[in-house]
Amino acid sequence: MHAGNSRVKTPKYTYYTRLLFFNIMKYADFMLDDAGRRLLRYLQSDPEAPVSDIAERAGLQPTTAARRLDRLRAQGVLRGSHAVIDWAALGYAVEVSLRFTLEKTQARAFDEFQAAARNIPEVIAIQTFLGRVDVRLSVIARDMADYQRLYRDSILTLPHIADIEALMHVATLKTSETLPI
Amino acid sequence: MSWDETDMAILRVVQQDATLGAGAVGRAVGLSQPAVWRRLQRLREAGVIAGRRVDLDVEKLGFGVTVFLGVKLATKGRVSLEDFERACMSIPEVQTVQHVLGLYDYRLRVVARDLSDFERVLRRRIMTLPGVGNVEANVLLSEERRPGPI
Repeated sequence: MHAGNSRVKTPKYTYYTRLLFFNIMKYADFMLDDAGRRLLRYLQSDPEAPVSDIAERAGLQPTTAARRLDRLRAQGVLRGSHAVIDWAALGYAVEVSLRFTLEKTQARAFDEFQAAARNIPEVIAIQTFLGRVDVRLSVIARDMADYQRLYRDSILTLPHIADIEALMHVATLKTSETLPI
Repeated sequence: MSWDETDMAILRVVQQDATLGAGAVGRAVGLSQPAVWRRLQRLREAGVIAGRRVDLDVEKLGFGVTVFLGVKLATKGRVSLEDFERACMSIPEVQTVQHVLGLYDYRLRVVARDLSDFERVLRRRIMTLPGVGNVEANVLLSEERRPGPI
């Protein structure tokens, strides 16, 4: 329908294919069977449920389920469980996505930028990309005045910035981050 | 609702490991088990602790590609935002949907097994969403979650 006038920036395939190949080689020995898949699916959809509930839904004995979850932990597949903090409820009403293009002529631009960004407490996530955007920071602030202060004093002083774009978050509609397994 | 340093210390602990009981959290922050339990209860009731996130190694599970899409709607006013949002949220590969202001209208986090799988999702599911216009794709290379100002 509207696909005709749509524009998609395609990533650099060759570079990525190589990255992908390494990943496949690294994890070639790991395979998830049906029971493991069911366990992870229910655990993802209800992370606070006790193991006995997850086991029952997955059709496994509680001891079997606990053993399998332990194994998934040992294999590094299940890395942990974290409390999700609602920053707005804590008084941080503003969330902004800052997208950076870096001066890539500087060899250590990425490392130095990331190291400096880690020192800003209001940065809640640092992501690097292949595409038009190099790095994205998720930044929170109490209000717009607080954001302005943060932007001027901390963000603009980060090293190797070539360009910045800001996306102001209006609402998060889905944030399950569950995998379709 | 006001929070003190002890609440922040508790948040730092459960953000690292949500499976710890009130006793273990108490030992980490130097508080009794019942005191921590009351504070955790208060943090949950106020919505500060909004739930739990299971941290899985996406690559080991076969999802080699995570892409962030910036989506601009082509026909604002004619297509309802609700239609777009509903359709978007029902795609299993779309993990996050954020309504934003700026260069794009929506920001989507999409997981796929590999690039050809991503292409399938993009062509069959994203490009056919009601009202979709420009789409910008950025492939995620690394991600680091920070504790935040607590």
